[in-house]
Amino acid sequence: MKKTHLLTTALAAGLGVAAGAAMSQEIRFMCYSDGNECEVYDDLLTRFEAENDGVDVIVDVVPYQAILENLPVQLAAGTGPDLAKVTDLGGLNEFYLDLTPYVDTGYWDASFGETLNWYRNGDRQGYYGMHSQLTITGPFVNATLFEQAGVDMPGAGASWDDWATATRAVTEATDADFPMAMDRSGHRVAGPAVSYGAKYFDADGNGSFEGFDAFAEAFVGWNEDGTMARDVWASQGGSTYADAAQEFINGEVVFYYSGSWQVGRMDEQVGDFFDWQVVGSPCGPAGACSGMPGGAGVVGFEQTEHPEVVAALIDFLAQEEIYAEAAARTKNLPAHLGVASAGVEFQDASPAAQAALNGFAGALPDVSPIAFAYQGYAGNRAMFGITVERLSQAIVGELSVGDAMMRASSDLEAAMAEAD
Amino acid sequence: MLKILTPMMRIIEVPMLALQRKIGINRLAWAFLLPNLVLFGLFAFLPVILNVFYAMTGGDNVLLADRPDVGARNFAQLLDCSNHFDPNSCREDKFWRAVWNTIWFVVLQVGFMVGFALLTALILNRDIRARGFFRSVFFFPVLLSPVVVALVWKWILQREGVLNAFLDWTGAGGINWLVDAQWAFGWSVFISVWAHMGFYTLILLAGLQAIPRDVYDAALMDRASAWRTFRRITLPLLSPTMLVVLILALIKGVQTFDEIYAFTGGGPGTATTFIIQYIYERGFAGAPRLFGLAAAASLLVAGVLVVLTLVQLRISKENADG
Repeated sequence: MKKTHLLTTALAAGLGVAAGAAMSQEIRFMCYSDGNECEVYDDLLTRFEAENDGVDVIVDVVPYQAILENLPVQLAAGTGPDLAKVTDLGGLNEFYLDLTPYVDTGYWDASFGETLNWYRNGDRQGYYGMHSQLTITGPFVNATLFEQAGVDMPGAGASWDDWATATRAVTEATDADFPMAMDRSGHRVAGPAVSYGAKYFDADGNGSFEGFDAFAEAFVGWNEDGTMARDVWASQGGSTYADAAQEFINGEVVFYYSGSWQVGRMDEQVGDFFDWQVVGSPCGPAGACSGMPGGAGVVGFEQTEHPEVVAALIDFLAQEEIYAEAAARTKNLPAHLGVASAGVEFQDASPAAQAALNGFAGALPDVSPIAFAYQGYAGNRAMFGITVERLSQAIVGELSVGDAMMRASSDLEAAMAEAD
Repeated sequence: MLKILTPMMRIIEVPMLALQRKIGINRLAWAFLLPNLVLFGLFAFLPVILNVFYAMTGGDNVLLADRPDVGARNFAQLLDCSNHFDPNSCREDKFWRAVWNTIWFVVLQVGFMVGFALLTALILNRDIRARGFFRSVFFFPVLLSPVVVALVWKWILQREGVLNAFLDWTGAGGINWLVDAQWAFGWSVFISVWAHMGFYTLILLAGLQAIPRDVYDAALMDRASAWRTFRRITLPLLSPTMLVVLILALIKGVQTFDEIYAFTGGGPGTATTFIIQYIYERGFAGAPRLFGLAAAASLLVAGVLVVLTLVQLRISKENADG
């Protein structure tokens, strides 16, 4: 009797598990965090799970490097996740799930506008990604050092040369080590390069380094004369990313060109050590005062077995109320036009951080259309890498600026030929 | 123990005898080798074959089926130079910078390492106080992970590192070691020697201890000087071991990647970019991923390593033959 009872129970349990497995739809979300994004998404998605019976969303938190290096290989091999948070927006387009049949495209157009184009490439002009995190590059300035040095901070519309002169004066008058520093990244130099006349596209709309020379000359010169912290670009090889956030936090750098995603870190780590603020991107001789937009977005992949669920999940995150909560909790600038126009009260942000985020948001109208288009260009990752490698070689004296630019152009030509 | 093993062996014996009857005793060896051959084929031989195919294809697709056949174009691109001694004259200048950096690195690193390893082995072979302790001290860095080695030395040598703090304290003033190409290269050689010397010291020490004591006693009776004893007895008798050490160090030197990549990232510029880093960056870190070019470069490196390995095998065989 006991044996029969046990057998029945085991069978029932087995059938239950099998039925559960059949009904359950497991969705894997590959996510990286600049701050607390994955944690916040994990929390928000529990609401999506509650609204969708049988859906189990697993947020796999990975390092950013895995998104850059492992995800493309996994996708090419057909073993990728169902969806991911990515930064190579147009570059991975061939793998994206087109959300068009599943979402209200009118709402998406009205909410995400131009950023939708960043995820499109060639003939694939559908709806692919929800830009979850809008960033813009720009400078952080140590206001306390300016005050100690008795030097007036350049105002709105000041040029890169004005800032170079002012920050050199501050460095001479204080204990700071470097007047300026810029992250070692092709994305970071793009805004200033556009302000100096870089076109980034030829007449046919293909990637190009035409007009980049003027910025390259100035940037290499600043690294040579000590205006820029040479360590950041010269102490690394290849296209490895390096930032100067720690040097700025330590009070060693007067002017640090990075971007809006660093606000949380500055807020947390600078504290009362000194007063810092965000100023708009300086202007260049070409007339523009452009930063570079960017950020990350959530995309689904064609290889998912549950396209409807993946699309519903992304659409859930794209809804104004949910998006606004995510932006407030992660302290990220919103790309959602409705959320942006309503304004975001960033959670637990100090007055300095709130002002900085508003400062970055205020700089968005100054972004050049070239910079905007460059961010959506599918070949921009290749161009970012080439920029870093060749500029670094010019900075350390392996190549002249002219040779470095010639090499950059031929590298780009070769890369585009292979990518085609 | 035997009580357990005997029945077990009987169980295995039945199918083995059946197999022996079926394929014959001479072919039975293949049956024993099969598990290892399968693993070797799957994880060593097959990747080499795949690498050859990748080297002959282009594009940035991972799947071979999606990659266009380009013949020897990747090799031609790598080798296209008007003057191979001047990377700036080469189409793939970064490859040739990496090649020359690797050659200089191997020459300096192997030279210093074998020299210091020999010196250390000679000292540790003497009857000095705390000999066991010093042997451990010299071997300790070998046990460290390459990333740990790199991070420790980066911490020491960075602009605000320990060494500069000490130099500032002495009034000598710090140097930005990792931003200057020559210093960065020099420190890369030093760190590599520091990290690996212990292993080769140990091999040379074993070689020294294998030299018969009576040869030295005879030299002593003949009143041979220490230098003459070293030159006429120690060096010739140690030369087979020295050659093995030299070849092993050469192979390891050509393969240098992890600790230097973590230490300098290959910079400043390309000053410490070695050939394996070039392959890694072309194939995996850059965009687009040029698997074909990376595979072609790795085949060229493999060719060099195969030559070095054959030399080592021949030397080992000659040593074994006496």
